[in-house]
Amino acid sequence: MTDAGRHPNIKLLTLSEVTDVKGYVGNFKVRIRKKARYVDASQCTACGDCAKVCPVVRPDEFNVGLSSRKAIYSPFPQAVPSAYVLNPSECLGHNPAVCAKCVEVCGKKCIDFHMSDEEIEETVGSIIVATGLEPYDPRELDEYGYTRFDNVLSSLELERLVNAGGPTQGHLIRPSDRKTPRSVGFIQCVGSRSARKGGEYCSNICCMNTVKSTLVLKEHYPDIDIKVFYIDIRAFGKGFEDLFKRSRRLGVNYLRGIPGSVEEMPDKSLRIAVENTATGAIEFMDLDMLVLALGVKPSKSTRRLQEMLGLQLTPDGFFLEAHPKLQPVDAATRGVFYAGCAEAPKDVKDSVTQASAAAARAIRLMHKGEITTEPITSVIIEDKCKCCGKCAEVCPYNAITVDVKKKIPAVVNAAACAGCGTCAAECMFDAITMNHFTDEQITGQVNELLAENPEDKILTFACNWCSYAGADYAGVSRLQYPPNARLIRVMCSGRVDEKFIWEGFRKGAPVILVSGCHIGDCHYIDANHWTVKRVEKIHKKMERLGIRKERLQLEWVSAAEGIRWAEVMRALEPLRKSVTKKEIDETVAVLKKQK
Amino acid sequence: MESNVMLKNGQGDDRPARIGVYVCHCGKNIADTVDCGKVADAAKDLPFVAASREIQYACSEPGQNEIKEDIENLGLDRVVVASCSPRLHEPTFRQMMTSAGLNPYLLEMANLREQCAWVHMKDRDGATDKAVDLVKMSVARVRGLQPLTEETIPLTKRSLVIGGGVAGIQAALDLADNGYEVVLVEKRPSIGGMMAQLDKTFPTMDCSI
Repeated sequence: MTDAGRHPNIKLLTLSEVTDVKGYVGNFKVRIRKKARYVDASQCTACGDCAKVCPVVRPDEFNVGLSSRKAIYSPFPQAVPSAYVLNPSECLGHNPAVCAKCVEVCGKKCIDFHMSDEEIEETVGSIIVATGLEPYDPRELDEYGYTRFDNVLSSLELERLVNAGGPTQGHLIRPSDRKTPRSVGFIQCVGSRSARKGGEYCSNICCMNTVKSTLVLKEHYPDIDIKVFYIDIRAFGKGFEDLFKRSRRLGVNYLRGIPGSVEEMPDKSLRIAVENTATGAIEFMDLDMLVLALGVKPSKSTRRLQEMLGLQLTPDGFFLEAHPKLQPVDAATRGVFYAGCAEAPKDVKDSVTQASAAAARAIRLMHKGEITTEPITSVIIEDKCKCCGKCAEVCPYNAITVDVKKKIPAVVNAAACAGCGTCAAECMFDAITMNHFTDEQITGQVNELLAENPEDKILTFACNWCSYAGADYAGVSRLQYPPNARLIRVMCSGRVDEKFIWEGFRKGAPVILVSGCHIGDCHYIDANHWTVKRVEKIHKKMERLGIRKERLQLEWVSAAEGIRWAEVMRALEPLRKSVTKKEIDETVAVLKKQK
Repeated sequence: MESNVMLKNGQGDDRPARIGVYVCHCGKNIADTVDCGKVADAAKDLPFVAASREIQYACSEPGQNEIKEDIENLGLDRVVVASCSPRLHEPTFRQMMTSAGLNPYLLEMANLREQCAWVHMKDRDGATDKAVDLVKMSVARVRGLQPLTEETIPLTKRSLVIGGGVAGIQAALDLADNGYEVVLVEKRPSIGGMMAQLDKTFPTMDCSI
């Protein structure tokens, strides 16, 4: 920690949050809001004189509320930067008539009530997302009595109680009577592996964290009686099984079964009822203290950052990697990497391992000082451009400039263009070519597909980042569905031009599916909004022409939704069967007349 | 379709294009469900296809060499690899194209594994028909592809690390020790994250800070 604080190459911004990210790999423009600390961190010696005189007492977050701190405080003894911080919403204010006692006693004069938040702008080539985790909030699972009974603690509270630097100097005491408990029970999987409350996933760290806690307790209190209630003990890592064995050798009682009820006794101890699945019997046990092994949830900032950087999430809410085995630290957005629990719950060792991997991946990208850009960008055909300005309006990256008044044709900034192709789809004059996904290339695929027996086939367009990846995920998971859909990959559903749809129906397609990222998850900021508008427009025209609008489907499938992809495919098959040869012929005839 | 049209080969001269089609077995992954021989045969007579063959593992070294030899001996200038998802191996085969002296954007992949063999395991005929269509579509597409060149742009040799827990600190230190400037952003008043709150950490049972 201290190494990071004093490293000449590291600019440390605490009390800071990223508010906006613009640009692209190699040149991200990042806006950061640095909140005022009200203490000059470079001058503060952490002497603590200010906190001694501060009259405001608040619960200490670092000790999860088990101790108190002042409105001006040091986050914890080894904090980096080693400086006090003032919470302005708790402080009585800088008016000397009201308080300002801290300012008076500060020998270095480093407290400044007039400090204001700073807006910082940084340019970086790569971004590592290490936003960590949020412990599960056990108040939701109140059958264990966390909010009602004093002696039911969370694993994090126990952690602070046995810590030599904690509120009790490491002496374990019951909150109700401050006596050392003679017996402690641990309940595993609180907020994990449950379809009902918390996450359905295994939180990875809680088994070993409990094993560790039992060893710490047995070391300090050899006679303490410890029971662990579990579903499975997952001691899969290097050295883990050894620790688990050591814990059992020391007499810790591991019992397979999760308590069904917890009651408080008059002496504030706890009576639990648990079905011991080894014997099948319901057992009642009295324990002095109960500890809930909290699961791990994604950090609260995940969602905002996901939108800012155009990242994807797994259904559990953690960040989705570009490939689960071959690119486990890369995001699908080039230049962004994951480290630690932001990607999935993991312990300290795995977090450090992934962090080093992420750093190595970032260095691999940056070491040459230049990067090659994909040439999949849009190109304007100047003599066809009517300077209407539509392309500039739809471009999510503001990469196109066109002067509508002076009739100066559109120009694409190739470095800013991300290649979604929405402009090419929206241009009414065919004045934009989307490299590698040209009209000719895509209609070529459509025509080939529908050349024979078109009535048997479902023409499908899927975006590269979400739906195509979701279809791949269905394959990796071996989910079975009918084989009648044929998929055309585009970079974004925004590329699916109206004319591809009409071409498909004209050539006899019974059903057409357009599939993209969920709204809000678009890899190209919000290009899929234009997909929605376009499909609505086509639906209206279909109705006017007497074509059943169900025959054009729009679905959102994310990269993690293999199951959903298979469901969509299964649902399309009866729809396809419902479209008769006669209906197709009628559509073809109507569209021919239109031409 | 337009078999009588002269298709430029994208290599600067005006010989008609010569397309190579490779239907990968992926061991048994594809071949167990899809009749790869039938698929390769179906592509043989498509316009501009000069070679259409089955291949055991297209991505392997010998597989790539087989394709590269064809490029050399048969004068191929466009390639369709019908194998796994392009999300997995498109970079592999683009590199193969480059090393064979071809433009990497004259490659097209048909996804016969993730989106065909693995999802229609009980329907060999249906899967084979679909594979034939996917390959035909890829051949149609590869005919229309144009060579593209990548550009290089300057890059800022700095990194942003969001989050100052154990992962963020480690990533920042590794980058900084390698000579890169790092901006480490932490929303709380101190770095350290969850780890700083822990007493001992498994499996070594030592202090966390």
